[in-house]
Amino acid sequence: MISQYEVLETNEMIEKENLDVRTITIGISLLDCIDSDLETCKRKIYEKIRRTTDRLIETGNKIEKEYGIPIVNKRISVTPIALVGGACCKTTSDFAQIAKVLDTVAKEVGVNFIGGYSALVSKGMTKADELLIRSIPEALSTTERVCSSVNLGSTKTGINMDAVKLMGEIIKETAEFTKEDDSLGCAKLVVFCNAPDDNPFMAGAFHGVTETDAIINVGVSGPGVVRTALEKVRGENFEVLCETIKKTAFKVTRVGQLVAKEASKMLGIPFGIVDLSLAPTPAIGDSVADILCEIGLEYAGAPGTTAALALLNDQVKKGGVMASSYVGGLSGAFIPVSEDQGMIDAVVAGALTLEKLEAMTCVCSVGLDMIAIPGDTKATTISGIIADEMAIGMVNQKTTAVRIIPVIGKGVGETVEFGGLLGYAPIMPVNPFGCDAFVNRGGRIPAPIHSFKN
Amino acid sequence: MKKTIITVVGKDTVGIIAKVCTYLADNQINILDISQTIVADYFNMMMIVDRSSALKSFGDMSDDLKAIGEGIGVMIKCQREEIFDMMHRV
Repeated sequence: MISQYEVLETNEMIEKENLDVRTITIGISLLDCIDSDLETCKRKIYEKIRRTTDRLIETGNKIEKEYGIPIVNKRISVTPIALVGGACCKTTSDFAQIAKVLDTVAKEVGVNFIGGYSALVSKGMTKADELLIRSIPEALSTTERVCSSVNLGSTKTGINMDAVKLMGEIIKETAEFTKEDDSLGCAKLVVFCNAPDDNPFMAGAFHGVTETDAIINVGVSGPGVVRTALEKVRGENFEVLCETIKKTAFKVTRVGQLVAKEASKMLGIPFGIVDLSLAPTPAIGDSVADILCEIGLEYAGAPGTTAALALLNDQVKKGGVMASSYVGGLSGAFIPVSEDQGMIDAVVAGALTLEKLEAMTCVCSVGLDMIAIPGDTKATTISGIIADEMAIGMVNQKTTAVRIIPVIGKGVGETVEFGGLLGYAPIMPVNPFGCDAFVNRGGRIPAPIHSFKN
Repeated sequence: MKKTIITVVGKDTVGIIAKVCTYLADNQINILDISQTIVADYFNMMMIVDRSSALKSFGDMSDDLKAIGEGIGVMIKCQREEIFDMMHRV
């Protein structure tokens, strides 16, 4: 029988250490909404999403109440819209109309984000892919809840450098289109290498074409729980440190598994995966950087940071894998800057630079995330940053991403406020030397030799 | 049998258990186990109850007990047992 100590431990994690289910995300296939007529396509999309998610919020609230665990977000991801709208969208504005439908349905259902305004162009771009990408600035500036992502490379295909170049321009344009809101549009736009089909986290969630009709994916989180557990083993060796992280990750992930199964049962939609990620929020104590400090660093970014993050990421996976029947998505440690108070402090203290963050992305689950840079950064420089990050993902056979915000009208030393879960960020300096000739070459970078496993 | 864990935490005062138990009895909720400690004047109680014949829904019971707790200055929380089972048992 459950002991009082165990009950107290669980409730302390929830009440004091910010243990929560970060998101229940319903992935919905829109492939059956494809139509050569734009209006029909829009209607089918609207109806299918409404039909599939009508009980999502109610179910989330019920689980929250019965288990006493907060479920912070309920979200929707859909099939990449470049595939869905390809047959009927002839202009960028046609695609932007689909974005508006997604935004409307997200508001009506009551989810805070809907992901999948996406294109998968890791090897080449179709006409529809390119139109969708070119429509992103309009789509993100005329909607509130739509998130966009573009997969630019993979270990199997190499890196589509034409798309990398284009995305540098699109990120700048999106920043311009949303400059009244501190270029907020870019916080809802992410580019990937090796994008997973079943990621429940925004801004990169989309419902991959390998997926079933509808699926429940759940993201758990508890950086505060891991940090508190580590406080109790201060000064102990790495074996004790790693074991503690592993055991804590197991407990956190079990909650995700329970919620995912329960949501699946209540909604009658199959359970997909639990994403094991340690996802921070701007709330004090809900920080991955604080875990790195607890491991023994003065600030995130100090020498030793990459090693500390590598072991953290690995132990989270080892603990989490046994706790869930299906693990997927991004699963690891997120290191966004604006969404993590410890990271913000490290940047302000001068401990954490863009280059160190890049090194950290070699060993954690995602990439350069929620980083504000000066608004006058050149598009080719942004493409260069993206290319570097894509190369890390391609060579290391892992997901990498870039969600970077060139804040129009602001420069190094200033701060930008995005609000809510997106947090705030000091604007970080970017290497001032150019890479125009590199980015402008065009074409694609071939897949690395170790991708040929057949 | 679906078990529910009720936890009561707060400043110790006369009649906490009585109030909670009366409510449970009135609503046909059977108590299977009670453990209780007082640490530095803080009352800590855990009850395991069976809701098989309960007259009220989980949500209503949870809201009612929360309100009773607020009336006597303690925090009362109801959770289904599975969350603890999942977290602490392999």
